[in-house]
Amino acid sequence: MDARIGIRNSKNILFKAVIVFFAFVVTIPLIIVLLYIIKQGVMQVNWHFLTHIPAPEGEKGGGIANALVGSFFIIIIASVVAIPIGILTGIYLSENPGTKLSYYTGLCVDILQGVPSIVVGIVVYFWLVKPLGFSGFSGSMALAIMMLPIVIRSTEQTLLLLPPSLKEAALSLGVPYYRVILKVIVPCGFAGILSGIILSIARIIGETAPLLFTALGNSFLSTNMAKPMESLPHLIFTYATSPYDDQHDLAWGASFILLMFVLTLNLFTKFITKKWNIQL
Amino acid sequence: MEHTVISATKFNAWFGDNHVVKDVSIGIEKNQVIAVMGPSGCGKTTFLRCINRMHELIPGATGKGSLKLYDDEIYNMNPIYVRYKIGMVFQRPNPFPNLSIYDNVVAGYKLNGLKVAKAEQDNIVEKSLTSAALWNEVKDSLHKKGTFLSGGQQQRLCIARAIAMEPEVILFDEPTSALDPISTASVETLFHELKENYTLIIVTHNMQQAARVSDKTAFFYMGELVEFDDTKTMFTSPTDTRTQNYITGRFS
Repeated sequence: MDARIGIRNSKNILFKAVIVFFAFVVTIPLIIVLLYIIKQGVMQVNWHFLTHIPAPEGEKGGGIANALVGSFFIIIIASVVAIPIGILTGIYLSENPGTKLSYYTGLCVDILQGVPSIVVGIVVYFWLVKPLGFSGFSGSMALAIMMLPIVIRSTEQTLLLLPPSLKEAALSLGVPYYRVILKVIVPCGFAGILSGIILSIARIIGETAPLLFTALGNSFLSTNMAKPMESLPHLIFTYATSPYDDQHDLAWGASFILLMFVLTLNLFTKFITKKWNIQL
Repeated sequence: MEHTVISATKFNAWFGDNHVVKDVSIGIEKNQVIAVMGPSGCGKTTFLRCINRMHELIPGATGKGSLKLYDDEIYNMNPIYVRYKIGMVFQRPNPFPNLSIYDNVVAGYKLNGLKVAKAEQDNIVEKSLTSAALWNEVKDSLHKKGTFLSGGQQQRLCIARAIAMEPEVILFDEPTSALDPISTASVETLFHELKENYTLIIVTHNMQQAARVSDKTAFFYMGELVEFDDTKTMFTSPTDTRTQNYITGRFS
């Protein structure tokens, strides 16, 4: 009997050791990648780097101002399009589970989530770029399509968690349905919806494929959404594959900036879900 | 006979095919406390929720027959207007977690977008909280979140929220079943004071509570209104054997 228990205990220890080992092992490549990007990128970043456009080939210096501005505009327009549509769709899905429309909408959202970004890019290319030409705006549309499923699902999941008694309380005061949703349900789920939005931005900020043949890229600073625009991931893509070392440096610097953005957005999401989680 | 506030004539309600309220006829007079009791699943809560048109919010739920607020058919009125006139307090306290105590009381105005002057708002808040016997406990923390209060205080806050709209009738759906005995006592005391100005309809599982707080008691069984009489008569000499069995605890 004692021997059996001894064997079982050692199996336990072995099992625990294996899972701890792998949990530890997977962090190693991640940390190496992070450290490498930081090591290569952090030296490039200074005020000049952030406020100047790339120098002509073969010249020293230059920065990524065009990509920062471009990414900013493209993401703002993508958010303006995707966030309202996403929240409204999410509200419908959470309010009407079990209807045919919500079943098929949910299915489409799931499929959309799995569509490779380059496929989204090619669709936008044929719909918008072919008739209208390359533009920052078409890049925004491609990214908006990528954002939609995340915003929709996070809104839906957040609102489903709210207790039905909250809605009843408002309805019993004679509040019309649309005001119940806009004044009670959405504010109570605000933290969850906001974290979904931020996660979706973190997800698209590094998307390169759909921007390759929509926003195209631009070596000059441009704020015209109707014209080609540079973006951070696209700048990395172009300069990393160029033959010039100076441009490699730019790409590393831009990678570091991009990494910092994604890290900040993720930490911020963690912060608000913790801090603003409304007690129910 | 006093003026009848709520009257039902052969009123029926369904969940899909499930007939839960059957041919109920009742007349409820002004400024009385009515207790509605009966075993689980007897249709008492459903009947209550029909009175302010909350029943129909559940998909497949329907109501038919005559149900009147004074002389107006409730089912011909706009549900939003019905719910202005007939307030409701639920089983579990449900203050709005995103609003302060103050804003919870005037939620009926705020959420409806009704503009009320600040001074009048202050007045409504103080009056409603006083009526709900909560003013002294919260007057120094009006701008704290309503969810910081204890369960009993939260329930009284919900009562204040209902009173603030100055309804004709207030419906209570097992208002003390989630509260401890002390909070229950404080809510029960409130009923006596509230009936000065309002008509109260209280669904309860608790027979002692019905006996303590109500002027009249209605006994529901299997969707039917079995008996409706003065509370004293109901508990001392009920006419129907089913009522008698329920009151004496001979029900399985």
